[in-house]
Amino acid sequence: MDLNQIVADLGLFLPEIILTGVVLLVVLYDLFQDAEHSIRSGYLAMGGLVLTLLAVLMQDTSAPTGIFSNMLAVDGFSNFLKVIVSIGAILVMWMSFNSNELKGRRVGEYYVLILVLTLGMYFLVSATHLLSIYISLEMVSLMSFLLSGYLKEQMRSNEAAIKYVVFGAFSSGILLYGFSLLYGLTGSTSIFEIQAALAAGNVQPALLLMVLVMVLVGFGYKIAAVPFHFWTPDVYEGAPVPITAFLSVAPKAAGFAIIIRFFNVVFSGDGNPNMEAWSALENLNWQAVISLLAILSMTVGNVIAIQQSNIKRMLAYSSIAHAGYMLLGVVVADQTGIAAILYYAGVYMLMNLGAFFVAIHVKNAFDTEEIEEYKMLGYKAPVLGVIMTIFMFSLTGLPPTGGFIAKFYIFRSLIEYGDMYFWLAIIGLINGVISLYYYMRVVKAMYFGKMELPERIHQAPLNVTVLLVILALPLLLGWMIGDPLSGYAQSAVHFFVN
Amino acid sequence: MENHLLSIVTFLPVLGALAIILVPKEKLDIIRWGAAAITGIQLIFAIWILSVFDFASGDVQLVEHFAWIPAFNIEYFLGIDGLSAPMVLLTALLSFLAVFSSWNIDKAHKGYFALFLLLDAGMMGVFTSLDFFLFYIFWEVMLLPMYFLIGIWGGPQREYAAIKFFLYTLFGSVLLLLGMLALYFLSEPHTFNMLILAEQSAQFGQAILLGMNAGKVIFILLFVGFAIKVPIFPFHTWLPLAHVEAPTAISVILAGVLLKMGTYGFLRISWPVLKEATLWFALPLAILGLINIIYGAMAALAQRDLKKMVAYSSVSHMGFVLLGMAALTPAGMNGAVFQMFNHGTISAMLFMLVGVVYDRAHHRDIEGFGGLAKVVPVYAGVTALAFFAGLGLPGFSGFISEALTLIGAFPVFTWITIFATVGIVLNAGYFLWAYQRVFMGELNSKYEKLEDINGRELFALIPLAIITFFLGVYPTPMLNLMSTTLNQLVEVVKSAGMAAGL
Repeated sequence: MDLNQIVADLGLFLPEIILTGVVLLVVLYDLFQDAEHSIRSGYLAMGGLVLTLLAVLMQDTSAPTGIFSNMLAVDGFSNFLKVIVSIGAILVMWMSFNSNELKGRRVGEYYVLILVLTLGMYFLVSATHLLSIYISLEMVSLMSFLLSGYLKEQMRSNEAAIKYVVFGAFSSGILLYGFSLLYGLTGSTSIFEIQAALAAGNVQPALLLMVLVMVLVGFGYKIAAVPFHFWTPDVYEGAPVPITAFLSVAPKAAGFAIIIRFFNVVFSGDGNPNMEAWSALENLNWQAVISLLAILSMTVGNVIAIQQSNIKRMLAYSSIAHAGYMLLGVVVADQTGIAAILYYAGVYMLMNLGAFFVAIHVKNAFDTEEIEEYKMLGYKAPVLGVIMTIFMFSLTGLPPTGGFIAKFYIFRSLIEYGDMYFWLAIIGLINGVISLYYYMRVVKAMYFGKMELPERIHQAPLNVTVLLVILALPLLLGWMIGDPLSGYAQSAVHFFVN
Repeated sequence: MENHLLSIVTFLPVLGALAIILVPKEKLDIIRWGAAAITGIQLIFAIWILSVFDFASGDVQLVEHFAWIPAFNIEYFLGIDGLSAPMVLLTALLSFLAVFSSWNIDKAHKGYFALFLLLDAGMMGVFTSLDFFLFYIFWEVMLLPMYFLIGIWGGPQREYAAIKFFLYTLFGSVLLLLGMLALYFLSEPHTFNMLILAEQSAQFGQAILLGMNAGKVIFILLFVGFAIKVPIFPFHTWLPLAHVEAPTAISVILAGVLLKMGTYGFLRISWPVLKEATLWFALPLAILGLINIIYGAMAALAQRDLKKMVAYSSVSHMGFVLLGMAALTPAGMNGAVFQMFNHGTISAMLFMLVGVVYDRAHHRDIEGFGGLAKVVPVYAGVTALAFFAGLGLPGFSGFISEALTLIGAFPVFTWITIFATVGIVLNAGYFLWAYQRVFMGELNSKYEKLEDINGRELFALIPLAIITFFLGVYPTPMLNLMSTTLNQLVEVVKSAGMAAGL
């Protein structure tokens, strides 16, 4: 490994360098702000993130490359997810500017933490080495712990952070144990060399099974799949709402990224995702394991969501169900399946952030998080009501919203294999019907019931309305104009392999 | 061929809905008349479409066809034939007239008419699209306005009725989606184009899905999806509730157009695409049709609520459609589609009439009236006409279509047809009995000052009455419109069965 190579690699590392620079800049800038004006650091952070996003978008990933001795990969796949998490972070910062929970605090470090969390996800989606995987995963986790405990004086926020830390420490411990066993079995920490060692076939299947279960625990925790989901509702309820929104979207997408990359590269090896990925492991029915996780996540998430009366908890459980839908794509793990997951991640970000953002605004304006108290919101705040309805329909997966198209692509990839996954598709679709019930409770509260027309109509501030329209409009129109996102997701299924 | 009549007729209401949202909500008249104007223009376009429609051809016409989402071979493909043309006319007609039944809506008018127009667009889209994906989008899009229209403007139990309707139909829809995707992947090259799917019919019968004949599995999936809409016993339980709780105009649309979508789906997709499975399922379907006829009529006989009685009469009348479709004879098929049209006009009249009395008396209990003919003679007269049409009296269109389905079914399902005729007697029973209890006998003193039917209500009813009467005496134009396509359909399904040795 020579110095010239490292310098050359730095060119491909530009977005991360910019982001690191922004982090340092915001920290410094914040030193010179008093508490009242610390929101300016937030604006600076958001500006820097937009700049980073531009750098990501301009990166040429037509030739997948490994950088820093194949610690990280720069390829279409990581690029797509960097775009997703950056947009998510930008939107969440925008939300945070409007959050009452954060009013009157010194918020400089809040935005710094979001930036570092984003940087961690940049690493996670491109990590190709056990060490870089573990470090980036920890980076994401630690920032998440801090952010969810950000409302220091609130018991619920503290409880959230503590629960999160305990669960997080436990599962990353298991993950690390799995990694060390994997190193012991294959003699390497690069996932490419691990692949080669596994392909040579001198690894005990029973031991490998143990390793993979441990790895799955570590990753499953990140995406909040059942049965690794127990932290989710409390953390989501206790954390500041914008952070809840962020946690339910971005780290989840990054978690899926590492699952997909790890399993695809380690078991298929040629970088072209296909069903062989799974069959490379004889004697182990991996599809069955992932299918089971998917079915459990969808069903448990949906059934428990029905019983929730708090909108944040409802969205928290529903996010578990959505992780289940995305896991269906992991089961298939071929080109279309992975493209469907990427597409789903993009759409899910828009609709879930949107729903949370409406919840934030309702909390600000009407001081409630109870679904029952959304009563007549559709008449009190007509624009808010219509937009929330779009998000609810989209989360349910009803046409003509993007949520339907996202589900359609997932199920399309399942049914492509005929018999093999037909039952899985049926279970998934029935779950969609179940979810209708609780999403419609919000709509019902907003519109149905005895109508008392409000005396005056509530107008959300302009920047709130603009943000909501930015989130809702692509959901309605995005796919009607030839669906550019699906083409983008398709072309992003390109992994670097050594 | 280069015109966009079908796109216009489909998307005009969407534009109308957007326009109505922009009207200030105090301008009630502009909102109402605007909705009337838009649906009126749509009706004119629908008639224009029929005027350029070539009756002699059984193929799809007025085609608009281009690629939409090329990555998945999804197309924007509109076109109509003798099966969809009557439905397009029916949708436009009932949407226009239902606007006048909506005059009494008492709250949130803007939202009501905007949603109503979206509903209209969704229904029209179902009948004009020939790409399965597009069809599915319209099929689903229609649910959303319907949910709100029942849930906000409906009767006392509206919230329960709305969510029950939504859950039921969505459950059916997801099975439809499964069937649609299965067809997509079994076709080669993968397509949602219904005409190409129909051409590839034979290979669906040979493929295997879930260890069974793929054609049959897909047929069952689609069947449940469509059966919930029709509704076919035992999937009918959402219907009485939704019909009773919905506001008058929405009941008119539900019974007049929405139920037809189920049977339309069978004839548009299941029959031509899954020909062998259709023949395999013909007998069970005929039996289900018989159950619908008898069960619907018996249930109607037992109702005290006038609207519920009319709702169950729909179940019974749709049974004739099923019986005619299952028979797969030219007479049966033409009778079935003609019955779809006739039931649309007749049930629309019936629901409107129930709405008229409910607006005045604020209840619908059949036993709670009596002798109304003395105070509201015009209303009593129009109701008599509609009831006679409903019970299938010769001289009204319903008689022709019911007779045709029975004639068509008799050679194929002799015993079933014989039992089905019992349904006609029962139909006459509940209509006449209800008429007697409401209009004859002692005048209920509470209703001495009941107002007679007004001009606006008559305006909505008279065109339907004329059509019912005209087609009862001279059904030829309507039969000409549909027969070429339908006879062709019967022919291809039969010959596919012949080829498969059934």
